[in-house]
Amino acid sequence: MIKGLAFLSISFILGMWTGELLGSWLGIHANVGGVGFAMIFLILSKEYFSRRGWWKSELEFGIEFWNKLYIPVVIAMAASLNVKSAISSGTLAIFAGIVPVIIAFAVFYFMMKSFKTT
Amino acid sequence: MEELIKVIDKNGLVVAFLLVGLLTWLTDLFSKKILNSRVPGSAIAIFLALAFGYLGGVIGKGENGLADLGLFKGLALLGGSMFRDFAIVATAVGASFLLIRKSGLLGLISLLLGILVFFVAGVAMAWAWGYRDAVSLCTIGAGACTYIVGPVTGGALGASSEVIALSIGTGVVKTIAVTIFTPILASKIGLSNPSAAMAFGGIMGTSSGVAAGLAATDPKLVPYGAVTATFYTGLGCLVCPSLFFLMLDWIF
Repeated sequence: MIKGLAFLSISFILGMWTGELLGSWLGIHANVGGVGFAMIFLILSKEYFSRRGWWKSELEFGIEFWNKLYIPVVIAMAASLNVKSAISSGTLAIFAGIVPVIIAFAVFYFMMKSFKTT
Repeated sequence: MEELIKVIDKNGLVVAFLLVGLLTWLTDLFSKKILNSRVPGSAIAIFLALAFGYLGGVIGKGENGLADLGLFKGLALLGGSMFRDFAIVATAVGASFLLIRKSGLLGLISLLLGILVFFVAGVAMAWAWGYRDAVSLCTIGAGACTYIVGPVTGGALGASSEVIALSIGTGVVKTIAVTIFTPILASKIGLSNPSAAMAFGGIMGTSSGVAAGLAATDPKLVPYGAVTATFYTGLGCLVCPSLFFLMLDWIF
């Protein structure tokens, strides 16, 4: 179990590092896609390990636990968001937060339609 | 009683496990028995958690919603960025690399389109509310992307702290809106497969909102949405204070 967790951790740290490096290389103070790189590292190394026959279900268990913990973490995150100040920082924040989301849903809808027909 | 409070105070994270577990148990029960599973239990739990976050903000007057109250402070740790990102990465274990590679181009297009849509719409809203200077317009437009892009852009351009706070508020409202609308609209907009989820993550961007919304829709889609959404904030921080600002500055 702990080996799987270590596997996940090394992918996570390498991915975050890549994101930070890319961020400072681009000259912005932000992590660029660290989580995305970490996910790609995890998927690629899992692929490599299973091809070699090194991937054990025991490894997967340690990662699977965190996979399952994702929704509880999101629930805890939702409860610790600054919902009150978001709502009370003025009508502009509410409208500029919601209206673009509705437009984006429409854009997504038409984009998926056009991708299917072509 | 004093002893119990001491134990709760010392073990915030463990208390958070208990609280989230209880909430999930109750909402699952509610979803199954009363709503016939038409709305997933996790969607109700996330929505209730937002409501609790609001109450916590009213009572605690802090910045971390419910987690500002002593009893619930462990929630900030469990729901903090470290555990959140770690758990998102763990979801990739169930994702297929072939599918991600196949939809890579769609994901990239949707990322660029998404940032543009949110920025332009945000700027238009700010303009309608009476802002006319390029710096404020750009900061609020960036806030409509995510609550990280907003302050990064505002800081880089030297916007007033009032406008920066507004951009953060806008970004948080966006996260909440995406979280709530995604499970409601998913079936109507064809958000039902991995490549649609990748495009969705790119368009919507806010990784916490996308992941929470997809978790409430279909947990299998979370890794696909997250893998594109995670590039959104970085890309937004790159183009908003530079390219987009220059364009705004030229127009106004």
